[in-house]
Amino acid sequence: MLKHFGKYLLFMGSLVVRGESPRILFNRTIDEAILIGINSIMIVAIVSTFIGAVTCVQVSYNLTSALIPRSTIGFMVREMTILELAPTITSIVLAGKVGSNIAGGLGTMQITEQVDALEVMGINSASYLVLPKILASLFVFPMLVILAMFLSIAGGYVAGTATGALTAQEYITGIRDAFVPYNIVFALIKSVVFAFLISSLSSFRGYYTSGGALEVGAAGTTAVTNSVIAVLIADYVCAELLL
Amino acid sequence: MIEIHNIHKTFGDKKVLDGVSGVFETGKTNLLLGASGTGKSVLLKCIVGLIKPDIGSVTFDGTYFTNNKLDIRQEIRRKIGMLFQSSALFDSMTVEKNVEFPLKMLTPDMSKSERLDRVNFCLKRVGLEGANKKMPSELSGGMKKRVGIARAIAPNCTYLFCDEPNSGLDPLTALKIDKLIKEITEEYNITTIVVTHDMNSVIEIGDKIMFLYEGKKLWEGTRDDIMDTDIHELNEFIFANRLMRDAKKVEEREELEENERKSNQLK
Repeated sequence: MLKHFGKYLLFMGSLVVRGESPRILFNRTIDEAILIGINSIMIVAIVSTFIGAVTCVQVSYNLTSALIPRSTIGFMVREMTILELAPTITSIVLAGKVGSNIAGGLGTMQITEQVDALEVMGINSASYLVLPKILASLFVFPMLVILAMFLSIAGGYVAGTATGALTAQEYITGIRDAFVPYNIVFALIKSVVFAFLISSLSSFRGYYTSGGALEVGAAGTTAVTNSVIAVLIADYVCAELLL
Repeated sequence: MIEIHNIHKTFGDKKVLDGVSGVFETGKTNLLLGASGTGKSVLLKCIVGLIKPDIGSVTFDGTYFTNNKLDIRQEIRRKIGMLFQSSALFDSMTVEKNVEFPLKMLTPDMSKSERLDRVNFCLKRVGLEGANKKMPSELSGGMKKRVGIARAIAPNCTYLFCDEPNSGLDPLTALKIDKLIKEITEEYNITTIVVTHDMNSVIEIGDKIMFLYEGKKLWEGTRDDIMDTDIHELNEFIFANRLMRDAKKVEEREELEENERKSNQLK
């Protein structure tokens, strides 16, 4: 465990030791941002819309007291979405999609000697391949989380009004009630931390793949498992430290 | 000229290289010959710095490489072109982008049109003009090797390393690849090291041969001397290669006879 952690730290150090020129790094980061961001929009949209809808339906099912105003449903959907569901669930979904993609891609490059080819050319393969992925994730994840927040709340609105659980006016009143802007900042900080963990852990697993196709598959699975666990631990740590 | 001195490498309990020393001359095709598992590829990777030897040193034209400063190692690496066993082409790039890649990375001052001219020149040199827009997945094994060679020579390399360039190729294509490597070595006066276990390559292109056996250098010499050696392990290797070639010939003849018999039956 400690050996792996030490190797991970050395790997992170190697990303910045002799990096490529800023122009190459910028171009590669933009390419990676498009790959990670654009290709993930659909899955994030579907997951977050339904999470918002389900949250709304389940909260309304539990709020049976006549003393509690129906607008509380909107309030709770907003709080749960912003504080937890949008950043954490989106990151877990992205850990599966982006994490396995990163680990599989790097693993395949490693076993087919493409990484060696870069090294022989005098290019720092870790910096050239991995650093843009991490930077792109740091840039794109918060955007996807903002999208997820918006769509979750919209999903809650559609589900709440369509099922008659509450009126549109009640829902809008609820989501505007006692709004704390810091919660948005908190969610974005979490998304940046999760982005770093997912991209770096997946890259680490992929970069050190050796063997054949079976090992590439195993690296993808390990990357996703490690990323999800790291996200959940970091979620708790962030909540303790920042709230 | 590349000099290696007393290279040792161990993986776990297994000693893969045991004090290998030698000189690889410029303008000549130097072969690292030996059976599978004798440490040829490991030695090649030690020379280019992909694997760090436990003991020993490598010198490129008098400049110390192993354990030298990173900048100096990088400077030397930029003069190296390498053809990998699996060709190691970047799957996400077209043939043109693959060959252009080292130029883009190593010569940032070069304009795009200059780079494209160089790419077209290199592809023409390896007999692949017009294949620019193909993806590596659309290429045959021989074509991949050619693209690998084009990528290696694109930035005017001084040292060319080829790790089993003939593996997985039919004899005719293997011969063409061998000849291409030899021609490029002489044309550009570069230092070439080829890892092989194929005696055909020895006969066709081997200017200087180093025979490895169980991690040790057992013999060194020219292709004219190789048949007169009294090293038992080398003679055994040559004999096994001949047997294999003869067996292949018998197999091919039997297949031909079988096909003729079938076609006669159909008639």
